[in-house]
Amino acid sequence: MTMLDTNISRRSVLAGLGGMTFCLTLGNDGVHLVSPAQAALANAAVTPWVRIAPDGRITILSAGAEMGQGSMTSLPLIVAEEMDADWSKVAIEWVPADPKIYGYKDPFGTEQLMWIVGSRAVQLYFTQLRTAGAQVRKVLIANAAQSWGVDPATLRTEPSVVINPSNGKRLTYGEIAKFGTVPASLPAVDPKEFKERKEFRLIGHSVPRRDTPSKVNGTAQYAIDVKLPGLVYASTLHSPVHSAQPGVWDPGKQDQSGAAPESWNDAQVRAMKGVIAVVKLHNGLAVVADRFEHAKAGRDALTVTWAKSKADGFNSDAALEDYVQVSADPNAKAVKLEEKGDVKAAFANAAKTYSAEFRSDYGYHAQMEPLNAVVRLNASGDRAEVWEGSQAPDESRKAVAKALGFKDDQVEFHQCYMGGAFGRRSIGDYAAECALIAKEVRRPVKLIWTREEDVAQGMFRPQSFQCLEAATDDTGKVTGWKHCVVGDGEFLLITGIKIPYYGVPNQYIERRGVSHGIRLKHWRSVGHVFNTFAIESLVDQMATDQGMDPIAFRFERMGAAPKARKVFEALAQMADYKAQRPDGRAVGISITERSGSLGAGAVEISLDRASGKIRVHKVWLAVDGGVIVQPAAAKANVESAIIYGLSCVLHERISIKDGVVEQSNFHDYNVMRMSDLPEEINVQFVDADTRPTGLGEIGNPFIAGAISNAFYRISGKRLRHLPFTPERVLGALKT
Amino acid sequence: MVSFNLNNRQVSVDADANTPLLWIIRDHVGLTGTKYGCGAGLCGACTVHVDGTAQRACQTEVGSVAGKKVVTIEGLSPTSSHPLQKAWVAEEVPQCGYCQSGQIMKAAELLAGNPKPSRADIIAHMDGNICRCGTYHRIIAAIERVAREG
Repeated sequence: MTMLDTNISRRSVLAGLGGMTFCLTLGNDGVHLVSPAQAALANAAVTPWVRIAPDGRITILSAGAEMGQGSMTSLPLIVAEEMDADWSKVAIEWVPADPKIYGYKDPFGTEQLMWIVGSRAVQLYFTQLRTAGAQVRKVLIANAAQSWGVDPATLRTEPSVVINPSNGKRLTYGEIAKFGTVPASLPAVDPKEFKERKEFRLIGHSVPRRDTPSKVNGTAQYAIDVKLPGLVYASTLHSPVHSAQPGVWDPGKQDQSGAAPESWNDAQVRAMKGVIAVVKLHNGLAVVADRFEHAKAGRDALTVTWAKSKADGFNSDAALEDYVQVSADPNAKAVKLEEKGDVKAAFANAAKTYSAEFRSDYGYHAQMEPLNAVVRLNASGDRAEVWEGSQAPDESRKAVAKALGFKDDQVEFHQCYMGGAFGRRSIGDYAAECALIAKEVRRPVKLIWTREEDVAQGMFRPQSFQCLEAATDDTGKVTGWKHCVVGDGEFLLITGIKIPYYGVPNQYIERRGVSHGIRLKHWRSVGHVFNTFAIESLVDQMATDQGMDPIAFRFERMGAAPKARKVFEALAQMADYKAQRPDGRAVGISITERSGSLGAGAVEISLDRASGKIRVHKVWLAVDGGVIVQPAAAKANVESAIIYGLSCVLHERISIKDGVVEQSNFHDYNVMRMSDLPEEINVQFVDADTRPTGLGEIGNPFIAGAISNAFYRISGKRLRHLPFTPERVLGALKT
Repeated sequence: MVSFNLNNRQVSVDADANTPLLWIIRDHVGLTGTKYGCGAGLCGACTVHVDGTAQRACQTEVGSVAGKKVVTIEGLSPTSSHPLQKAWVAEEVPQCGYCQSGQIMKAAELLAGNPKPSRADIIAHMDGNICRCGTYHRIIAAIERVAREG
């Protein structure tokens, strides 16, 4: 199954081919299923969403973006569950990029959004999808009841069949679709009418992901694979120095001031083989050619004088030390994130106080598919089509429209599979760039960033300095908690900094911001990486100081919440936590929290004291993610985040010197390879009957704290700077 | 003009001899299962077979394969029925899927020369291929499945 021409197939399958069609519209309180009759009356654009064909084939549109996490399969599966559809007859198609119809309600605002960030796809759409599925089932039953002249309440369903238990009569959904009508007003569904958990046939029962077959034979369609007649290729060279303004969401704000190309060897590059144009961008140049290899050769031959940039002269290591000054400066501007109880009194009356400092470096997404997009403008230049793999097709469409001076509805977005995203693919900056190039050369353009561009123009997980203090009373209970994080990136910096899973009565948590001009972005759990590390390292420090088992300490001295206790208890059991480990090995633990999910994780490590290399042998993670819609895919997703976490904690570091990113490709930005793999990864979901929560990032935040805490048990030393490179480990051993 | 055998088909392309085979396969011929990942021979996403040996197409000049036999993921099996492809589905290996063509081609080279590799053999052979989704355990399981079941 490939995904090219999604819209064409959507139209042909959904529009007026007979059968029963259910549409979708936006109300004040979210997305609703409506009848075609209502749809015809609606002012807003309404699009078919679920269609049952007379041959029994069911088509369901999926609003999820597929970057490897499986939501393309699991979202329609939720509809199919409440419909009681035969899954083997369900075809899935992607929805077009219109958040007014297909979005979910922004939990932090009033807008409808289509962003899939923070691994929340299932969490955000769960109830809406169940309601829609239940409504379709009701309509099918009503049609069967009318045909048989019986009370609908007496009928039941099995997958894609309505059954009359009193006489054994059956009507398949396809048969009903031949004569059935969709009432102008769809029946209401109360959540009490949803299937009970024990009745689920699909939710909680793993089905194969629909995208898998196309991903073993090369047919899966990524944006980089799109072919169009007359396509030309673009390769960009951006300013090596970033010039980002605070506020990361608007691509127009990225590198707005400075970073422009001032002069370059234009004639020389234009004369090169195959080169069609050299296009000036606000922060770089694009060489356009008949072939990508010619575009790239032109790009490589560019010599450019750049305008002054905000990050000129920036040194990341030096900046990190400046953060220490900011954290100590009583006059520095601070943003309060949490204030509970009387922190001053807790520290004034403390029997003992603790403090600790932590640092973390920038991180790069390193998704396997370098950023790319395809844009085609029509002949009159007033409509654009975009092919991109995007976590937020609506944002991408908006970014392209803005770049071209269009209204959003002049842009048609074609979703493609993403070769990894991890938070990078949600603002459409490179699609907007491609649109500008396409407008200039008046041909369809495929823009591919080289890997070197992808690194140099990265939007990174911010670096941070953190200062924590805790106070305990004379019984050893933690009564006071202070946490200050310093760095750039505003709310990227603060995710995971609060500790609702612990019952510390007096808390003060703050952020102190700086702005360097470095491009920053969401990054698989972002701030959780360094914040959870700092929190759980200090907790472990207190536990060891009090001579307590670290889990018991969290329960007895930190007031761990019931949900947290449950995951730690599950962890202790699955990891046989108190068991003797082989010589030279130790176990460390940490809590993990993200997107509504909570977990407890452990690692077993050993240390090569000569080289400073930490080896992780085993990993355990117990997670409360609510009802798990697709356990196999969810487990794979959590395993993936664990590897991502191990990779960033042990290997990955972006450093910036004189304003320029020092790393450029996989030889100096080291990501985990097979030889570094732990022997075992064990993931367990604790039984829960609550609404599903995000699972794609929960495997990441605990890794740093768990490794650091295990390291202490081996060496008696604490690791305080992410990543834990061999040099830093050797340094820590010498302290 | 350079001529070579691609997936049992003779192809001739009008390109400089030093053009990376990767762009020849993807853009000149139009087989896009072979992926661009790093352009520097560091990640393995572009792995193809040249006369049976796994090579990084981004580091292989098209001139060097003149008269040779090149196989890509599309040519490994026209019906997705290569034992590795079946094992990849059975073990649900792919997530984003972008690196998997290269992973499968690299694994196919291993099994062609060593039908019963140990876990250590697998890791040593596959270590150059990056999977950013971290599907490594499943890749190992899929190769072991083929070694076990054939």
